[in-house]
Amino acid sequence: MAGKPKLYYFDGRGKMESIRWLLAAAGVEFEEEFLETQKQYEKLLQGGFLLFQQVPMVEMDEMKMVQTRAILSYIAAKYNLYRKDLKEGALIDMYVGGTDDLMGFILMFPFLSAEDKEKQHAVIVQNTTSRYFPAYEKALKDHGQDFLVGNNFSWADVHLLEAILMVEEKKSDVLVGFPQLQ
Amino acid sequence: MSGKPKLHYFNGRGRMESIRWLLAAAGVEFEECFLETKDDLTKLQKDGSLLFQQVPMVEIDGMKMVQSRAISNYIATKYNLCGKDLKERALIDMYVEALIDLNELLMTHTFKPADKKEQHFATIVDKATNRYLPVYEKVLKDHGQDFLVGNCFSRADVQLLETLLMAEECKPDILAKFPLLQSFKARISNIPTIKKFLQPGSQRKPPLQEKDVPKLMKIFH
Repeated sequence: MAGKPKLYYFDGRGKMESIRWLLAAAGVEFEEEFLETQKQYEKLLQGGFLLFQQVPMVEMDEMKMVQTRAILSYIAAKYNLYRKDLKEGALIDMYVGGTDDLMGFILMFPFLSAEDKEKQHAVIVQNTTSRYFPAYEKALKDHGQDFLVGNNFSWADVHLLEAILMVEEKKSDVLVGFPQLQ
Repeated sequence: MSGKPKLHYFNGRGRMESIRWLLAAAGVEFEECFLETKDDLTKLQKDGSLLFQQVPMVEIDGMKMVQSRAISNYIATKYNLCGKDLKERALIDMYVEALIDLNELLMTHTFKPADKKEQHFATIVDKATNRYLPVYEKVLKDHGQDFLVGNCFSRADVQLLETLLMAEECKPDILAKFPLLQSFKARISNIPTIKKFLQPGSQRKPPLQEKDVPKLMKIFH
């Protein structure tokens, strides 16, 4: 009886983008209310819509969910993109944690000064190519399957794709040397 | 057939402390392997034990788990501390994630340079007393139950207690305006597994002292 999920955020990626990706991957249509003014945000606050006074907030299944990770876990579990058993859940969580950390480096990028941007760019590339991508490359190589975990499409795959595309925007040839990821 | 979980981290709270709390709350005995030097970390990195070259790492049930959230999720799920259905789990996750944010503020205080400490302290107190604590006080008030979610002990209760105690270390009277949080604190502290963890000599770690920061930097930087 619930309508479509409704996303409250500004009209941009930020912390909401991973949620958009996951809903889309699950084939779930959703609506968005973009916060364009301080007044809109204050209205949400005063209405008691934001549990910790923050967005992202997603209205779904009669809940006003906040905290990105909580929202993502709920969606993933509901649409069977998460743990089939305890150990697969553990793997998915580990992989998602890694891509989360990686995307975290990129998330702050627009807010940096020009000088810091250059440094951060180097940090992103360094972390991607020596810490994160090798781990996922190896995972795919070792089991030779199409998906990261349990031979089944999961949240981990969606998140990794999102991360790869984000890093490619910063360095278009970043997947060179990672045939499995390609 | 697996032995006790084995925790790999430095001898301090950091990102491992919530995991220690959760294991203790679940009544699970665990061992610890402390990183004392950079070499200790390098050794783990070189032998492929660390998926993303980072700690915390917990050897449990035949896995070498990394990513503190993944580890906590695994333990909480395994020992039935995440609610009984998807919606309870969602609520627990929301509460826990916000507490992680507050913990982050509390923990980074020791690392702030002297000229930023006072302002940071003000931020901690402001956020704790205006953003976070009122929410949990209200949750307890609204349902009048002993535990945060579903009238059942969960990881949200463990995390809240851990955070309340850390907040009090920062400012001893921080709970002054939150009577239900005060009684929550007393009540949860009395749960036998938690009570045991709060005794001196347990594996609970003390707050990081400024004098320990250089040693820590040497291991990780």
